[in-house]
Amino acid sequence: MDFLSYLISGISLGSIYAIIALGYTMVYGIAKMLNFAHGDVIMVGGYMSFMATTHFGWPPLLSVLFAMAVCTLLGIVIEQLAYKPLRSAPALAVLITAIGVSYFLQNAALLIWSANPKSFSSVVFLEALRLFDGRLIISGTTIVTIIVCLVIILILNTIVNKTKVGRAMRAVSEDKDAAQLMGVNVNKTISITFAIGSALAAIAGVLLCSAYPILMPTTGAMPGIKAFTAAVFGGIGSIPGAFLGGILLGIIEILGKAYISTQLSDAIVFAVLIIILLVKPTGLLGKKVLVKV
Amino acid sequence: MKRRFYSTFAVALVLCLALLAGCAGQPAKPTEPSGSEAPVPSESESVKPDDGVKATIKLGGIGPLTGGAAVYGIAAANGAKIAVDEINALGGIQFELNFQDDEHDAEKSVNAYNVLKDWGMQILVGTVTTTPGIAVSAEAFEDRIFALTPSASSPAVVEGKDNVFQMCFTDPNQGIASAQYIQDKNLATKVAIIYNNADAYSTGIYEKFVSEAKAKNLEVVSTTTFTDDTANDFSVQLTEAQKAGADLIFLPIYYQPASLILAQAKAMNYEPTFFGVDGMDGILTMENFDTALAEGVMLLTPFVADATDEKTVSFVKKYDELYGEVPNQFAADGYDVVYALYEALKDSDVTADTSASELCDLLIGTFTSDSFVFNGLTGENMTWSKSGEVAKAPKGMVIENGVYVGMD
Repeated sequence: MDFLSYLISGISLGSIYAIIALGYTMVYGIAKMLNFAHGDVIMVGGYMSFMATTHFGWPPLLSVLFAMAVCTLLGIVIEQLAYKPLRSAPALAVLITAIGVSYFLQNAALLIWSANPKSFSSVVFLEALRLFDGRLIISGTTIVTIIVCLVIILILNTIVNKTKVGRAMRAVSEDKDAAQLMGVNVNKTISITFAIGSALAAIAGVLLCSAYPILMPTTGAMPGIKAFTAAVFGGIGSIPGAFLGGILLGIIEILGKAYISTQLSDAIVFAVLIIILLVKPTGLLGKKVLVKV
Repeated sequence: MKRRFYSTFAVALVLCLALLAGCAGQPAKPTEPSGSEAPVPSESESVKPDDGVKATIKLGGIGPLTGGAAVYGIAAANGAKIAVDEINALGGIQFELNFQDDEHDAEKSVNAYNVLKDWGMQILVGTVTTTPGIAVSAEAFEDRIFALTPSASSPAVVEGKDNVFQMCFTDPNQGIASAQYIQDKNLATKVAIIYNNADAYSTGIYEKFVSEAKAKNLEVVSTTTFTDDTANDFSVQLTEAQKAGADLIFLPIYYQPASLILAQAKAMNYEPTFFGVDGMDGILTMENFDTALAEGVMLLTPFVADATDEKTVSFVKKYDELYGEVPNQFAADGYDVVYALYEALKDSDVTADTSASELCDLLIGTFTSDSFVFNGLTGENMTWSKSGEVAKAPKGMVIENGVYVGMD
């Protein structure tokens, strides 16, 4: 029973990682860049939803839509201002810029909302599921997070594989220059990717704060890093991989805490990551890319 | 291409400004002292001495004014500022306070210290947090600059440095006092502990608590940890405490993770007594926090904003007028530090030209003398030992209906 209960805690933590990892993997898969500011867009999403419900008194669902709208806009602005001018710069320059954007967002949030933590009211009102006379509790947020995760995967897969924009995305991901020659508007495609990634970040932010109801300017930072790990774990660039990686990372973290040591939980997580990467360098579901010289 | 970039830039800039303006125009948020500049007292504001008749002593303050720990630094800086203004209005010794940001980072803290030294700091008020405090106090010891920290509570801050003193309890004292309190009041038979093993503050209290609990035959049935990186999910720690049959959970941690622990325990239908230390202070002022979660939480703290003595009432009122917030313990610590320095200096013949090292020797003598007893917001009859630790009695508090109520 304990094991089951720990497993559920793990899945619940993992589902949050998964939903953040989806955004990472989506942007990496198409734009081939690590958007380290993703975690901080999540934080902005959390604050937007918080403001909408607490200060404007909007209903939760509307607050989520509001957060998505603001984050989408923010994602596009960030992309236009910080990343687009560096389109032909080395990957390292873009990476450092992303870290800069991340710090910018954190400090802007600090100025606007101050360092005082805020307590987030959950937007999920689903009753917790109680099994075996209440000895096993699955929280409403967990259920909603997993369902939302699966829905997002379905939608993303449809967009990427079935639509014209998706075809452009795949083309850009394959070879930017060739795609341009074929008449694909590379800049627009990457902007759309960022817009989608940032909208996902807003949803992730709201769900993260619903599960762990504390909101600070640094709220997105650590889950962002963990989710990035999850994305690498599952094979960065792969959408189902992000889901699998996130869930597994959560389960390993919780089971490691429960059965080995609470002091070593992160060490265990990263040890597993190293082993996986030694055996499968592209992650669990990552594609093996042949580089032709 | 280039022109298009500039036009997008302009549009984005306007958007950013609009966003900022929109937020700044929020209806009277209670957390206004948010940014970096507002609460930082600047040099120009202080009163200039009239031709050296009265001494103006340069106080250098260091603490996190931005970053995750900013809530402590801003509070301490604000508290100190209020005290400086009050003292300057009295007309005797004048203080000039320059408070620098260290973002709760040891390296930046040493940089801030060097900036203050160049400015001509004579006495150091700081640092506010422990980890930077350990680095900076070593520098202050080398340079013979007297330091009185409002809230850096680890013994490592004062250890081996005769000129570094603390206004707050040391961590071990909190651990010992908590174990004694729990045993004396029969609050529990089986105790579980959840602490942050990546944090010197938390670990310090934990270690002393455990050794004192052992000495007092208080049974500790479960000890689990977390780090700042894993401070999200506490289900494992709570399940272990519950399995071990703990009826009290000791939380020597800050209030942010504590608020998550309270929420998750409630979701599990687990209702032990939660017992915190001064880091728990602040949980009730968290915006939008459901205070019902904290019902029955006990803590030891030196300062309670609801106290009815004249000094506290006047301080709380003034703080609220200036910064729109209820002051926490750190604000009171900052206030007390400046007043303790004032008490120690007011009868001496110091001038603006008194060197930092002369002041240092003078203050060490005063603080460690038997006759120096300080009454402040954070305690009555405070005295200091030669090692720099303060002796004062902690107050036991319990949260009832969303406010602190004294337990004694």
